[in-house]
Amino acid sequence: MNKVRASVLMRHEVGLHARPSVKLTKLAKAFESRIDLGLSPDGPWVDAKSIVKVMATKAPKDSTIYFRAEGTDARAAVEALVTLVDGDFQDGR
Amino acid sequence: MSENVGIVIVSHSADVARGTALMVEQMVGREVPLGWCGGDPRGGLGTSVEAIMAAIDRAWSEKGVAILVDLGGAETNSEMAIEMLPESRRDRVVVCNAPVVEGAVMAATEAASGATLETVRRTAEELTPA
Repeated sequence: MNKVRASVLMRHEVGLHARPSVKLTKLAKAFESRIDLGLSPDGPWVDAKSIVKVMATKAPKDSTIYFRAEGTDARAAVEALVTLVDGDFQDGR
Repeated sequence: MSENVGIVIVSHSADVARGTALMVEQMVGREVPLGWCGGDPRGGLGTSVEAIMAAIDRAWSEKGVAILVDLGGAETNSEMAIEMLPESRRDRVVVCNAPVVEGAVMAATEAASGATLETVRRTAEELTPA
């Protein structure tokens, strides 16, 4: 199985609040791989496909978001999520 | 016919129900069938079984419908509306034990991924402290 990790600085004005969380979760769910999200390279990790858990991280502006994914489409998943965060959540849907 | 579970919002206030539905549409999107109702026929606060049944009909999906309610009567009237549905649909409609606004957004986010009714309900209810 593919294991992929990446991190990205989140500059979105309000941080990982409701709308960005919904976009991120919806995108994560489009992939087969298991995807975790954390606010430090060592976790703690939450399931990036769980809207409740992602929103509960309350990551503020200028947080670095860490992703780790495991599965057949792990690389594509992490690339898409990094692009979403890096692009200020503009292209979520 | 949508492949996603539908969401119904039932509030005592038409404004709350409409506002919640707008939040779902704008935050999650239109790929989730959505129905809402609120207020009594004279424009006051309340809920009505007929209006809830109509909202279920608008949000109908073969995968089922999750209902989010605010207080007391909204829940009992929703349960009554479910009982009055045709038998073929009755088993595919659930009332979620979750706050109406937050629950609707969470449930719709889950539903948008094609999740089952049980998963949608569980996600909405994750918000409720045990």
